[in-house]
Amino acid sequence: MSAITIPYRAQLKREARSEWVFRSLTMASAALVLILLAGVLMALCYGGWPALRTFKFGFLTHQIWNPVTEQFGALAALYGTVITSLIAMLIAVPLAFGIAVFLTETCPLWLRGPIASCIELLAAVPSIVFGIWGLFVLAPVLQHAVQPWLIATFGDLPWIGKLFRGPPYGIGLMTAGFVLAVMVLPFITSVMREVFLATPRSLKEAAYGLGATQWEVIWDVVLPNSRAGIIGGMMLGLGRALGETMAVTFVVGNAHRISTSLLAPGTTISASIANEFTEAVGGLYTSSLIALGLLLFVLTFTIIAAARLLLLQIERRGARI
Amino acid sequence: MNNIKRRKITATVALGASGVATAIGLAFLAAILWTLFSKGLGGLSLSVFTQTTPAPGSSGGLLNAIYGSLVMTLLGVLIGGPIGILAATYLAEYGRSARLSTVIRFINDVLLSAPSIVIGLFVYTLVVVPMGHFSALAGALSLAIIVIPVTVRTAEDMLRLIPQSMRHGSAALGAQPWRTITSIVYPAARSGLLTGVLLALARVSGETAPLLFTALNNQFWNANLNQPMANLPVVIFQFATSPYPNWQSLAWAGALLITLFVLFLSIIARLISSMFGVRENRVE
Repeated sequence: MSAITIPYRAQLKREARSEWVFRSLTMASAALVLILLAGVLMALCYGGWPALRTFKFGFLTHQIWNPVTEQFGALAALYGTVITSLIAMLIAVPLAFGIAVFLTETCPLWLRGPIASCIELLAAVPSIVFGIWGLFVLAPVLQHAVQPWLIATFGDLPWIGKLFRGPPYGIGLMTAGFVLAVMVLPFITSVMREVFLATPRSLKEAAYGLGATQWEVIWDVVLPNSRAGIIGGMMLGLGRALGETMAVTFVVGNAHRISTSLLAPGTTISASIANEFTEAVGGLYTSSLIALGLLLFVLTFTIIAAARLLLLQIERRGARI
Repeated sequence: MNNIKRRKITATVALGASGVATAIGLAFLAAILWTLFSKGLGGLSLSVFTQTTPAPGSSGGLLNAIYGSLVMTLLGVLIGGPIGILAATYLAEYGRSARLSTVIRFINDVLLSAPSIVIGLFVYTLVVVPMGHFSALAGALSLAIIVIPVTVRTAEDMLRLIPQSMRHGSAALGAQPWRTITSIVYPAARSGLLTGVLLALARVSGETAPLLFTALNNQFWNANLNQPMANLPVVIFQFATSPYPNWQSLAWAGALLITLFVLFLSIIARLISSMFGVRENRVE
């Protein structure tokens, strides 16, 4: 009896040890996700500290970016980042809404799958491809066709006219916003489609029963019911647009200045880092670029975290997005 | 009567507009793909695959960049993939309903959409500065950091698809959880896990920003992981913004190669996961 029990017990012990090792491995890997986030934050704070210490709060409020005199302020890059992302959202959100409505309501059933796949394909295209497409195809089109028309139509109006003055460069804040719009379109569309599909059938059928048209059902039943999801999807797209680098770097113009005209060249935080980092000489220059990175990380983190929290509430009710 | 007519017209116009929006979205895709093929196919020739990146004006190819991209993305996935799957194992198996798991899931989702250029800065301060020089290893590491959240997300979803009854059956036979996971759950979720890794590979093969100041670039052939290495995205960036026609044409060829590779991976991943989904229904 004991001859059998002793090896058996040894085997049990071995199994228990393997169990401990495997369990610890999975826990360590899961903890690594948290460590990564903390590490990114700490590394950026450490790298950007010299710049933040030198310029203090002025780093956020000054727009002068001069490597020669070592004067660095983030305002111009921050302005460009926010403006290009806002342009992107203004274009992408209505389009995404339209596509989501089409895919969930009007489109013939057999076409829904293929069209949804095509839109998702847009998300798979690498951002550098959007960049060269924007530079070689979109920018000339905007320069020769769209921007002259904008200048002629709106340039003389009071207030909004300021946004459309100056020569049509082709590259600039507007072009960057346009490319970003195409890039974030698939992300916003897929979230909107998911939340539209999660609308309870009974609600929609009740509205039809009351004599509502298809559009009234969408506008008055589906839309209010998926409000949180739509806002979450928009913020997710905004987070992407704020942090997108390569596509913007090609077409934004890389000029560290704030101009009221949307047609003028500008820069964004990510484009500044991508363009200048390897050429930056001197500790303060590099440090200022890392501080820009920290600013970008905090900005996108806040927006994406808020978006995820909103979407989490919907996830509890239905499908994972 | 007039009112009803107005409502019907509104509905027709609005739904028509949604169709127009879809057409615009599809037109963007068509425009990008058309440009890519018309310009990329022109630059594509055998020398692209057999010669290294040229000086302005002379002929050459992308061999060193293709090699560098393959090495760094594969290395990135080899490092990040297993870590991601292990982390997903914790989330789906050991800590499925733990509060810590909710936090990790949330942070992972945030990392998933974090700007990749920030990851590049992170690896720069963590690896490149202490080592004193740019290297392919640093590039692979930054790609691995991007791979992790993508893999965690898909792998957890796939592990959760495996029915609990299979785990209970294994436990009833006396297996420890780790044996259940490695001999029952992983094999059952094999194609799903593979899909996740393929999607992660697709995601990082087009990444440019984190490589700009980790792997940098290299004009010449280099197989040393400790040295700067050429890679397709950074070469495309450099060549496309140059004024030389032969560089621009190579940039388009490179862009076409990357896009085809990424689309190919996405389609394969989709095929595998649809096969997986069908089999999953039968198990239930």
